[in-house]
Amino acid sequence: MTLDTMPKDVTARVASVEMNGAHGLRLMEMGLVPGAPVRVVKAAPLGDPIQVCIRNYHLALRRVEAQAIEVTLGE
Amino acid sequence: MSAILDTLVIEQSALPAEANRARELTIVVAGNPNAGKTSLFNSLTGLRQKVANYPGVTVESKMGQWTLSPELPPARLIDLPGLYSLAATSLDEEIARDVLLGRGPKGMSADAIIVVVDATNLVRNLYLATQLIETKQPIVIALTMFDLAERGKLKIDVEKLSDALGVPVVPVVAKQRRGLGDLANRVLNLIETLPMRFPLPLGEGQGEGLRGGRPSTLSPLPTGEGDRADWKDHQTKLIKRYALIERIVSDAVESTDEGKPGISERIDRVVTHKILGPVVLIVVMLLVFQAIFSWASLPMSLIDNVFSALGDAVRAHLPAGIFTDLLTDGIIAGVGGVLAFLPQILLLFLFISILEDSGYMARAAFLMDRLMRAVGLHGKAFVPLLSSFACAVPGIMATRTIENPKDRIATIMIAPFMSCSARLPVYTLMIAAFFSGRKVLGVISLGAVIILAMYILGIAVAIVVAWILKHTILNAPPPPFVMELPPYRVPDFGNVGHALFSRCSIFLKRAGTVILAISILLWALMAFPRGGSAPSSPDGGKAVQIENSFAGRAGRLIEPAIKPLGFDWKIGIGLISSFAARETIISTLSIVYNVGESPENKSSSLVDALRNAKRTDGSPLWTPLVGLSLMIFFLLACQCMSTVAIVRRETNSWRWPIFMVSYMLVLAYVASFITYQGGHLLGFS
Repeated sequence: MTLDTMPKDVTARVASVEMNGAHGLRLMEMGLVPGAPVRVVKAAPLGDPIQVCIRNYHLALRRVEAQAIEVTLGE
Repeated sequence: MSAILDTLVIEQSALPAEANRARELTIVVAGNPNAGKTSLFNSLTGLRQKVANYPGVTVESKMGQWTLSPELPPARLIDLPGLYSLAATSLDEEIARDVLLGRGPKGMSADAIIVVVDATNLVRNLYLATQLIETKQPIVIALTMFDLAERGKLKIDVEKLSDALGVPVVPVVAKQRRGLGDLANRVLNLIETLPMRFPLPLGEGQGEGLRGGRPSTLSPLPTGEGDRADWKDHQTKLIKRYALIERIVSDAVESTDEGKPGISERIDRVVTHKILGPVVLIVVMLLVFQAIFSWASLPMSLIDNVFSALGDAVRAHLPAGIFTDLLTDGIIAGVGGVLAFLPQILLLFLFISILEDSGYMARAAFLMDRLMRAVGLHGKAFVPLLSSFACAVPGIMATRTIENPKDRIATIMIAPFMSCSARLPVYTLMIAAFFSGRKVLGVISLGAVIILAMYILGIAVAIVVAWILKHTILNAPPPPFVMELPPYRVPDFGNVGHALFSRCSIFLKRAGTVILAISILLWALMAFPRGGSAPSSPDGGKAVQIENSFAGRAGRLIEPAIKPLGFDWKIGIGLISSFAARETIISTLSIVYNVGESPENKSSSLVDALRNAKRTDGSPLWTPLVGLSLMIFFLLACQCMSTVAIVRRETNSWRWPIFMVSYMLVLAYVASFITYQGGHLLGFS
């Protein structure tokens, strides 16, 4: 499952970031590294971007980027 | 100057530790955005700070003086733009990184670095901190928001944290000045125990890792997208670094937080709600505009009256002559025109600072991103564009937070279409002269509708231009949108005050120099060459004088070109002079229509003069249609030297400012032409 399709208010763990280059690196630098718990808080009124909670802070990212982040539910 | 400074530093660095005490120390404050850096900087320096050139938000490096100890000369404290990582992705971050790695401007290399770490967001903040620790420079960590962390049920063992990181960690609460003395002592200790000034930082590949042998992400960033192996390597290091930080933090921090949604998330339930969110945004914007339009008007007319009275008093007490003319028509009128402008700027910047400080600006970008993307821009462009409603100069500076260079240029190119406060005097004069007292639908004043229409027209043109630019010369794939939504905080009024003070002083410097200089230059252009004939009546003489002056000749020269827009040579003089700054057209018109000496309220007499002005055939020169045409010209033309100068600086070429001035001039001409000629065809006058 990818982050953009994840249901709201459920905690999952980042599995991998499938984006190369500086953008992928920045996503990881912001704390989205494999194993980190992540939760989708909400989507903006127009459906995009989405707000996620990672490492105890809130981050906004577009669905395009969220698509590149694989997550695993459960645990 | 900086070369001298540099040799001094080098000489000093060869001296033993004691000599460190005597010289001026340079200390740099670095940290993630929203970590409380500026707040700490303000608490350490108080009012002894200055912002180099035009500031955006914290885009420029701010410098201040910090008294580490009473016996020492104050240290130079530099507040860097916020950054998340040494692998910079925006101009902002590049500037900060260069200073931190000793590659910044001369005289900016640090004796010590204070890394600001948000105690409520330790793991991510420590990412940058550990990168910096690996450069082996003298570092002290200032743990900000310590009170919030305690309240948020985080127990941080500062000593353990400090041991694990290998650098001193000082908890601080900037607002209450807690921990500031301790911070000074730690910094001093650090500098004094080092035998000499720290050598220039290591090359990026040389980081040996935190506390020996651990991986570093400081190896040079791979450049080619195809270089998969390099990126993988980089990612591996990054993951290891986070694992290391997690270990350190879980050892040093005890959390009794049950993971309930915090107060910020609960506020967000309203502020970024599907329906309520946009409503809140509109209400906030309305409040801001209400303040600019209504609340500012009283102090503005007060300043206006004071300066006309001053001009009259000077004229009454000095002998008539060229010097008195210069003083009253050039200098006093010019300064008054500048200052009358200040209440609006103060109010707008007050709101922008509060919105920034409270965390609302990021929410606005969150709400607006989808719309901004429709024209190919980033949600982050919303803040610079909103700031441009006060003045395009800080707005353009604030575009530095936009990572993608093409996006940034597109944002800069459309920023001047936001009706800045310099246009307001032009709008209000035209409305006072030609549209006052009229109502739409019986209740709403026509003037308010026209001003609103100007704002909307500016935004609409900006959208079209942005779309065209993004699909032609600035074509690029959509940039990533990765933006922190910082927790809501009660704005610190000290910080807001600092921001207001620096922005106003910058405006005054710009206004005081450029506008005053232009005001005097204009007066001279209109006063020289001196007319030959002695005037029979004072007014007739003045008119002849202006017609024969340099300005009059220039106005006549462009008259054929601007006639189709409904403008005559007097307006032509105004157009020429307002290329310096839009609001100068008011003082120019005052001089051209010779209303500076009128004893009544100056602006109302200018209104009368405009209403009474006649063309050679006796028909009124200024009609509502001419007023509208002029407003549209002023909305669309890039009549602002300061904007041109800042675009030159921000894009580092003359290409973009020249492009900007040219296309905006063409647009303005065409739009005014359509307004005036079209209006005539439709039977308006």
